[in-house]
Amino acid sequence: MTFEEIHQRLAAKFGERIGALAPAKTDPSTVVPAAEIVGICRFLKDDPDLAFDCLMNLSSVDWPKKNQIEIVYHLWSYSKRHSFILKCQLDRAKPVIASIESVWKAADWLEREQYDLMGVAFTGHPDLRRIMMPDDWIGHPLRKDYAEQPQWHNITTTRDNSLEGYVRLDEFRKKAAEAAAAEAPAKKEVLQ
Amino acid sequence: MAKNYQQDFGSVITSRTSFIDEIINLARKSSIFYLLFGLACCGIELMQTGGPRADIDRFGSVPRATPRQSDLMIVAGTLTYKMAERCRLLYEQMAEPKYVISMGSCASCGGLFQYAYSVCKGVDKLVPVDIYVPGCPPRPEALTEGLLRVQDKIVRERWFSERQQIGQTRPGLGVDYKVTA
Repeated sequence: MTFEEIHQRLAAKFGERIGALAPAKTDPSTVVPAAEIVGICRFLKDDPDLAFDCLMNLSSVDWPKKNQIEIVYHLWSYSKRHSFILKCQLDRAKPVIASIESVWKAADWLEREQYDLMGVAFTGHPDLRRIMMPDDWIGHPLRKDYAEQPQWHNITTTRDNSLEGYVRLDEFRKKAAEAAAAEAPAKKEVLQ
Repeated sequence: MAKNYQQDFGSVITSRTSFIDEIINLARKSSIFYLLFGLACCGIELMQTGGPRADIDRFGSVPRATPRQSDLMIVAGTLTYKMAERCRLLYEQMAEPKYVISMGSCASCGGLFQYAYSVCKGVDKLVPVDIYVPGCPPRPEALTEGLLRVQDKIVRERWFSERQQIGQTRPGLGVDYKVTA
């Protein structure tokens, strides 16, 4: 099935709530309501013509100006050899969405990653812990306005540049030559 | 000479047991057991160093799987914050005297990944490092050189001889004695 056919199928089932198909440079995508994500995913997986049996990727995009966090679902069907992309737009201040771990097991760690790096809370997730950062880390590193803490458990998170304060020898000589050249005419004036 | 010492430092080496030190250090430097602590691609080179070509077994250095039997920790690879706590724990489990080699750029300063959010900027932020081996990753020869530098460090250590203050009273065998020049 092509993207358009899948989109029509989805729109026939869920009606107006399914957003228009957005053409993109590579793959078109469609925006779906976040409240119905589990039902939509379940339909996409269980429908015999669609049969999306694989969640390829679950990622998110931070849009500070739009005040949005966008969750992106990349789906793939091994049996039908077609793919589809869903997007959900969440409030940036409090991003909450239902977990689709009950539909595809692969969502388990992918959702944990988004929780860790972007701070999206997935309701109904069986084990929502940080996956890459330590459990008591402060902040979500992939947010655009992320500011790293100066230290964690007495380990500083920055390292001083050991070359700071040193001058390259050729640059030093160049500067010295320039200074000498600037001084020379001044001395001549004094002599005259 | 003794007078000179008195003027310059006010102390003198009184022990005559440096020979024992040498024997002990010879034994210690020839049995540096290192902890298997490969964290990333440097770990592959660490395995190669223990392999037949570089073969640091000929310096008496063999891998141990537990920190409690190890003298040397070779931190080989990128250290993440999550691993940093484990690294410190392993170091604390090792018996004294213990040494640390920071192998490769990542362990030394974060290396290529030092701007990543999850990477610790150098293992020397957690544990004292004796030898830094540069490279990305260092070749087995480079790590072997690092091991030899650890041996040099061990050979210089003194266990029985000590510098004592002149005029100080020290406990002896039954009788206290006064240190003279």
